[in-house]
Amino acid sequence: MGHIILDNLRKEYVERRGDRRAFQDREVIGDKTIVLDGIDLEFNEGELVAILGPSGCGKSTMLRIMAGFDKPTSGKVFVNGAEIVKPSSDSVFVFQHDGLLPWMTVWQNMELGLNHISCKDEQTERVMEYLDMVELTGFENKYPHQLSGGMKRRAELARALVVNPDMLMMDEPFTGLDFLTHMKMREEVVNMHEFLGKTMIMITHFIDDALTMADRVVVLSDRPAKTKMVRVLDVQRPRNIEKDPLLHELRDEIYLMLGVSYVV
Amino acid sequence: MQLPKNVASLTLKPFYIGFVAFSSICVLWGILVISYEINEKIFPGPVAVFGSYWQLMTDGSLLKHTVASLYRVTVGFYLAAMLGIPLGIALGRIIVARNILNPLIQFLRPISPLAWIPLAMLWFGIGDKPAIFLIFLSCFFPLVVATTIAVGSINQVYFQVAANFNFSRADVLFKVIIPAIFPDLVTALRLTVSIAWLVVVAAEMIAVQSGLGFLILDSRNALRMDYVMVAMIVIGVIGLLLDFIVQQLGKGEASEWKSVR
Repeated sequence: MGHIILDNLRKEYVERRGDRRAFQDREVIGDKTIVLDGIDLEFNEGELVAILGPSGCGKSTMLRIMAGFDKPTSGKVFVNGAEIVKPSSDSVFVFQHDGLLPWMTVWQNMELGLNHISCKDEQTERVMEYLDMVELTGFENKYPHQLSGGMKRRAELARALVVNPDMLMMDEPFTGLDFLTHMKMREEVVNMHEFLGKTMIMITHFIDDALTMADRVVVLSDRPAKTKMVRVLDVQRPRNIEKDPLLHELRDEIYLMLGVSYVV
Repeated sequence: MQLPKNVASLTLKPFYIGFVAFSSICVLWGILVISYEINEKIFPGPVAVFGSYWQLMTDGSLLKHTVASLYRVTVGFYLAAMLGIPLGIALGRIIVARNILNPLIQFLRPISPLAWIPLAMLWFGIGDKPAIFLIFLSCFFPLVVATTIAVGSINQVYFQVAANFNFSRADVLFKVIIPAIFPDLVTALRLTVSIAWLVVVAAEMIAVQSGLGFLILDSRNALRMDYVMVAMIVIGVIGLLLDFIVQQLGKGEASEWKSVR
């Protein structure tokens, strides 16, 4: 279960920086910034969708609303038919920056979402299984600050997966990783997606990430964000962008769409 | 180039370096008193002070006064921590409470605990109680403010993680807030324990017949500057120890994550 519908989602921020003396028209004080302007999207169960868009366009805001961390100004998000109003462990968020609690070991972090499992043995088994999946066995008693950037990301991924969520929301999960770790994490996420079949929504600003990994690519426009392109990638994995004319063409198209003509 | 061995060990162990400063001050003090032939009644030398220290030590009065002071500091400080830290956490988390109480706290905070002496004596009579009350006051407000700020500066991502994993309120408190503020809390406790130790001396100059503050006042009345200096030195040494003890709290694994950042 992991079916998401965004229905005419709109989000505005009001910046309260206006003239305080102009109290009579309190409504107009501050500039309204429209971040999301009527977004309609549907995410199917088990789909890996990559969301691309210019920096600051509202990608993260959209994802945060989908996870229940933020409220839309108007419009609704339905997850499995029910409107989402608050965060829940059905959809786990993987944060852009360190989301591991730094005062807890990897093991303790992984157990955070497992309170509902009363059987201690089962908890241990689950944690071990996912630690093994992200190849962090042996690091379970380390604190996050003792791990490398890539290991932290993998630990966070494992923490998200161990609660067996329906959906995984990843906000630029590969930012700040070195090139090789980035490539390996790509592989890892794709493998997990194929193996576990969860709905995964990934914000990224690496176009190649989207093209090599995703089942579908969504491109948002500059603020106020609208959906500019939705494209299903029906290409066998592992993919090679350079050798696949379809992906190659699409890459050029997306680059142009995002305002970069130099690389094309 | 290699450093001589003894220099290397000195740089490695700041403990000894601390002693260097202490002993040089003692030597300077001795030289000053002897070379200028200062009246021992006005400025006693280190030898005389050590003699008086031995005297006060052996007749048990120094120990009695020290224990009395430590008792008041401990009780006042614990009370302040027990009430101030939870209040600080509440103010850090509940915006309405902060808006209501913060102006009052900021108003009370700059009033010196010593200004409360007349009221404290009137309310609590004489004995330990008014002194404990003054120490409580001197520690309570700094602890509330420091805790509030520490809670306010917790990375919001951690609360989102908590919400994401369906934490209960107790989980948020014990798994997020308390561990997150712990390192800052240790710093705040270090600062307030020295404030408490400062205030106890002043508090004991009124309303009590014991404690290091009383020893100073009583010795001054008897024009025994050597006893005054003994009391001052003991106050300094115990202040050093209190700071050291509270500092040890922050040395465990619970604080390590912050010091690495």
